[in-house]
Amino acid sequence: MGRKAVSAVVAALVAAGLLTACGGGGSGSAGTGAPEGVDDGTTLTMWTRAATGPQSEALVEAYNAGHENTIELTVVPTDDYQAKIGAAAGSGELPDLFASDVVFAPNYTSSGLYADLTDRIAALPFADDLAASHLDAGTWEGARHVVPHTLDLSVLFYNRDLYRRAGLDPDRPPTSLEEWDEQARAVDALGDGVDGTFFGGNCGGCGVFTWWPSIWAAGAEVLDADGTSADLASDPARQVYDTYRGWAADGIAAPGTRDETGTTWTGVFPEGDIGVMPMPSTTFGQMPDELDFGVAPIPGPGGGGSTFVGGDAIGIAATSEHPDQAWNFLRWSLDDEAQLDVVAAGGDVVARTDLAANEHAAADPRLVTINELVAEGRTPYALNFGQTFNDPNGPWLALMRNAVFGDGDSVEADNQAVTDSLRD
Amino acid sequence: MSSLPHHRAAAPAARRRPWWRSRAARGAAYATPTAVFVAVLFVLPLLLVGRMSASEWPLLAGDRGLNLPENYPDVVGNQLFWPAVRFTLLYTGIVTVALLGLALLLALLVQEARPGTGFLRTAYFLPSVLGLASASLLFWGLYSPAIGPIGPLLRRLGLVEGDVSFLGSPGAALASTVFLVVWKFAGFYMLILLVGLQRIPVEVYEAARIDGARRGQIFRSVTLPLLRPSLALTLILCVTGSLLAFDQFFILTKGGPDNSTVTVVQLIYREAFQRLDLGTAAALSMLLLVVLLVLNALQFRGLRRADER
Repeated sequence: MGRKAVSAVVAALVAAGLLTACGGGGSGSAGTGAPEGVDDGTTLTMWTRAATGPQSEALVEAYNAGHENTIELTVVPTDDYQAKIGAAAGSGELPDLFASDVVFAPNYTSSGLYADLTDRIAALPFADDLAASHLDAGTWEGARHVVPHTLDLSVLFYNRDLYRRAGLDPDRPPTSLEEWDEQARAVDALGDGVDGTFFGGNCGGCGVFTWWPSIWAAGAEVLDADGTSADLASDPARQVYDTYRGWAADGIAAPGTRDETGTTWTGVFPEGDIGVMPMPSTTFGQMPDELDFGVAPIPGPGGGGSTFVGGDAIGIAATSEHPDQAWNFLRWSLDDEAQLDVVAAGGDVVARTDLAANEHAAADPRLVTINELVAEGRTPYALNFGQTFNDPNGPWLALMRNAVFGDGDSVEADNQAVTDSLRD
Repeated sequence: MSSLPHHRAAAPAARRRPWWRSRAARGAAYATPTAVFVAVLFVLPLLLVGRMSASEWPLLAGDRGLNLPENYPDVVGNQLFWPAVRFTLLYTGIVTVALLGLALLLALLVQEARPGTGFLRTAYFLPSVLGLASASLLFWGLYSPAIGPIGPLLRRLGLVEGDVSFLGSPGAALASTVFLVVWKFAGFYMLILLVGLQRIPVEVYEAARIDGARRGQIFRSVTLPLLRPSLALTLILCVTGSLLAFDQFFILTKGGPDNSTVTVVQLIYREAFQRLDLGTAAALSMLLLVVLLVLNALQFRGLRRADER
């Protein structure tokens, strides 16, 4: 390479360096910090992921109808959400408001993408009643950055019609993993296209969401408090794997379980041919009217019940130029009116524990069951959550599949791989 | 440009044109749009990727300064790296052989103008009109154990018993993906080879036939050698495309089952958007780029030699 070419390359490298230097640096303003926020006709942008899109859409629609401010909501396919946020963060083009799968919130808070909301949250009259696990997930170095947006709990759904046909009591859902196993097998025995249960066997996120509650229900832990060590080879965990293993081996789970990557796993139960399976509570409002179904806590080996308190937390982008207007929406979304008339009326879980026994829930005992679960549920915390548990090529999915579809001998080693990834 | 004092009126023939009308300047002007295009859309991004690959660069936090060469041993040390390289090469080999073989067969079938060839050519080419992602999504539905029609159809025909799992085992997932890619691209490569076939003069065939050559001999000694430039072109396209395989696996298998179908480009995506590290993703991209450059250089050399014959 000639001297000229070398200097050209150097010049271009410098240019590239300058370009990227321009990409950094936020331009957000701190705002006035008024507790009510500002409603002055500003247009705000907001992103959410498809998994909780309907809930966000309902809230935004109600807000736009009653306020000067207008929110333009963009619903992004769930699988692409992280990538889209990452790309936007890199180029300083984040929307004013963006929701986050609550388990990914630490990624965003640790990178400084969210504005500090500590004082604004503390000033809320109902600050102590907000879903604590969501607030904790968005706390970084003592500062709160997010509020709960949509709560999505893992709940056992069971088909009461199929229970009746199989000679089971439709008012007695399983209270232990063993009963769950018996009931699934009883329904499966009906044959004729009916299956006992279903699960996302090739979907790490589904496993986290639906298997861990069974482990928690037995009183065991899955992660340590700071999310750097896994305990997924405990006896209760192995009992859970073995039960699922039986369902896969004996054809109790519907066809496709082994290949299900999580894209369609909630679409199977509504068709009415599945006996009993854990699913997100956000699917409650979208069940067909003619389906007679009940809900229950996810039981563990030997009894107990728990849930994974998932869903989306939401915060204001650190780069937003309208933090006061954005806060106006967040504050309104947590108010009695929005929580009762929009969230609870839509059959969803309210973000405040003081509203758990509201009039909408009282009309349907199933909703009371779900709302009461919030207190017993858990939201695990780990900075490397996505790359360890949600990544389709990550170590947790390998553990799941080895334990349920493989020979089941590698749980100990796979658990170590999960720990390594958490510490990576 | 009127005052050029050193010009002599006595020598009109030697009068130089102004620099901006010289042949060289005009040539440069013609080349400028392309050069700008290449610089902005190729060279600059490439340099940026190079810079990323030498830096600690988390996706969410941005540039954190140089850390050369840390990213490179990191990606090569990743336990999925060598399996992904192996799988990508295996996939490329299978697809190239299957695709080019079938494309050549199809091209020979529809080469001559007979009734119905127009229809056949269109039918073979039609899948190429579909985007790869759309085609993958279509096959994802067809293969799906829950909604796919192929499994039940095979069962009704009595060809299989029980449930068919098209993506459930490593071998089946690879075969199903290869089938999709062959279906999607065979028509396209057929078209390239068809053009090549029709470039071969009829006289050569006639001469061969007069000399008493049989069909097989004609194919081996006339068609194949004269088709070499087209074959080389399809080979380059197919190998490069297969080494960069992503969409089909991302949609159909997500690298599964059990990491058996992870390609190198999927690893790049995983580094960037699952592990949120642009530095290692860029390092992997640079490695892939070097391999592709070397491979393409070799293939182009082969292509040029074929042209000279």
